Amino acid sequence: MTAAFVAGADVPLKRRLKRAERTRQLRALGLVLPLLAFLLFTFVVPIAGMIWKSVDDWEVPQVMPQTVAALERWNGQGLPDEAAFAALAADIRTAREAGNLAVAAKRLNYVVNGFRTTLLSTGRKLKEQPAPGTAKATLIEIAPAWGERESWAAIKSASGPVTSYYLLAAVDLTRNPDGAVVHAPADQSIYRDVFLRTFEIGFGVTALCLILGFPVAYLLANLPTGRSNLLMIFVLLPFWTSLLVRTCAWIVILQSEGIVNGSLQWLGVIDEPLRLIYNRFGVYMAMTHVLLPFMILPLYSVMRGISPAYMRAAASLGAAPTTAFLRIYLPQTIPGIGAGCLLVFILAIGYYITPALVGGAADQMISYFIAFYTTETVNWGLASALGAVLLLSTVVLAVLYGKLALGRQTTGGLKN
Amino acid sequence: MSANHSPRTASQRIAWIATVVSGTLVLFFLMAPILAIVPLSFSSSTYLTYPLPGLSLRWYEDFVNSARWIHALKNSVIIGVASSMLSMVLGTVASLGLAQWKSRWKPLVLAVVLSPMVVPVVITAVGVYFFFAPLGLTGNYLGLILVHTALATPFVVITVSATLQSFDMTLARAAASLGAPPLLTFRKVILPLILPGLASGALFAFATSFDEVVTVLLLAGPEQRTLPREMFSGIRENISPTITAVAVVLTVISVCMLSTLEYLRRRNERLKGNAG
Repeated sequence: MTAAFVAGADVPLKRRLKRAERTRQLRALGLVLPLLAFLLFTFVVPIAGMIWKSVDDWEVPQVMPQTVAALERWNGQGLPDEAAFAALAADIRTAREAGNLAVAAKRLNYVVNGFRTTLLSTGRKLKEQPAPGTAKATLIEIAPAWGERESWAAIKSASGPVTSYYLLAAVDLTRNPDGAVVHAPADQSIYRDVFLRTFEIGFGVTALCLILGFPVAYLLANLPTGRSNLLMIFVLLPFWTSLLVRTCAWIVILQSEGIVNGSLQWLGVIDEPLRLIYNRFGVYMAMTHVLLPFMILPLYSVMRGISPAYMRAAASLGAAPTTAFLRIYLPQTIPGIGAGCLLVFILAIGYYITPALVGGAADQMISYFIAFYTTETVNWGLASALGAVLLLSTVVLAVLYGKLALGRQTTGGLKN
Repeated sequence: MSANHSPRTASQRIAWIATVVSGTLVLFFLMAPILAIVPLSFSSSTYLTYPLPGLSLRWYEDFVNSARWIHALKNSVIIGVASSMLSMVLGTVASLGLAQWKSRWKPLVLAVVLSPMVVPVVITAVGVYFFFAPLGLTGNYLGLILVHTALATPFVVITVSATLQSFDMTLARAAASLGAPPLLTFRKVILPLILPGLASGALFAFATSFDEVVTVLLLAGPEQRTLPREMFSGIRENISPTITAVAVVLTVISVCMLSTLEYLRRRNERLKGNAG
């Protein structure tokens, strides 16, 4: 009787527990959802939209729909047929009336230099729709460029719906009229240099941070707690100080009438003030200063956990201090070095404000060009493509960082 | 764990001295900007050079009498307070959920939640600019508050999650077994215990927004310029001594935030010590 009762109650109890657990999990998920929805709206969708903009080819299909449709039949050999010329003439006239011919002209000018003039002047001179059968002759008479295959290949290549143009341009590549990927013309080939420069600065800053951060972290980790907490303020206070304040201060320190130049001149070391700011030196100085705590804090947290007993054991076994350091201590700090370096590098390649303020024209990093094409020249496709390449680099490094930091319960060494 | 260093041999002592010297030099390098800029803000001269010809508070007067700077300060506070409150609510609720949620999707969700911290701000700013512009969310406060909230929430999630890790969930279960509904349990049991963690989370969020300039550059209209934004254009044109005064005000605010955090951390450690 009792056994039967227990056996009978056993199943519902299990099921009830399961149900309770499921409710609990659903409730937990329900708590996470508001933030997810919020980030979807303010972060994920905007960035996805930016990536879409790097391949979206909307201008020509929207402004010249009939031409795009007519060119679908064209095999790219010779000139398209009369119908395509008529469609082009009709599209140009409609677009001119709607006032958006310049939108397509701007896009087509990326493919063939001078296309803007061709299209806009054709728009101006084309008073009325050519009589049936005369569209080809009329257009070629207005602008000889319409008699060249390249012009039509340009329209076809920009016919959407997606294009590799911007992404290729972001790495200095382009397509020739035959559709093959080739090097972009020299006057447009700057982005590889910019990316190289960005990585070079990122690498240099990371190396400097490691060289400067290692002894500090070691010192902080090996001092008695009271004193190390006190010295930690010297790391945390600049860390919490506004980026703008620190950048401003570096300009004050390094400018030609600044403290460094003033002292050196007073000491008689130099006669002329050195150029320490608005160049690469200034960028390294300010960026290393800003990012140094991101190196010190992960290194410190790892070094704090290394027992001094290992070093004592190594010494007692006869290892010279250098050997003991290189073979016992250093390997144990590798997780901290890895995390710190990746973190500093990730943050460095995304920097905008500091190089913009203390760097010269030749020190601007990729972020500068992304912002520049967004607000100044309004080449959103290229801005997005450059952003997509930068994002890809960051994500790859961040995944690596995640794998490194996963084993250790850290807060990423961030502001903590 | 205190790992006292005890050098024994001569070479070890030399290595330790070298560490102390180089470490001190680097710490000096870290403090140099603050040490340099604070005295200049009290200079009576318009030139940003040493030695100071005399002391004066005129640049601070300039700051408080300037409608432009005070407006920027107000904007910074409005946007900072609003976005830190919003990110507190979203981040704390999500942290409570994440602490109990078991799923294979959890790492992915966590990665999404933390990613605004890692993605270069320029990318976030440009993406949000494209997305917000057609919605009429550029050139007003709401758009800036929303994007600052997105940037600040990861810090809240990290801080609050860390606090929840040390929170004893049996206390919440005890409250529930005594008949308290979830909301009451949260208000009477969980909230008071994790409050220090929440406070530091809010501070991180406020600091993130208060120091952010890239999204402000892209999204703000002339009416929404914040302190960092005004400093950015000020530094670009010509650094006036008023900027050094603003810099010192901002530094004092940072010191206050850092001291509050340190107080919270010590209090937390003391409480933990008593419990143990």
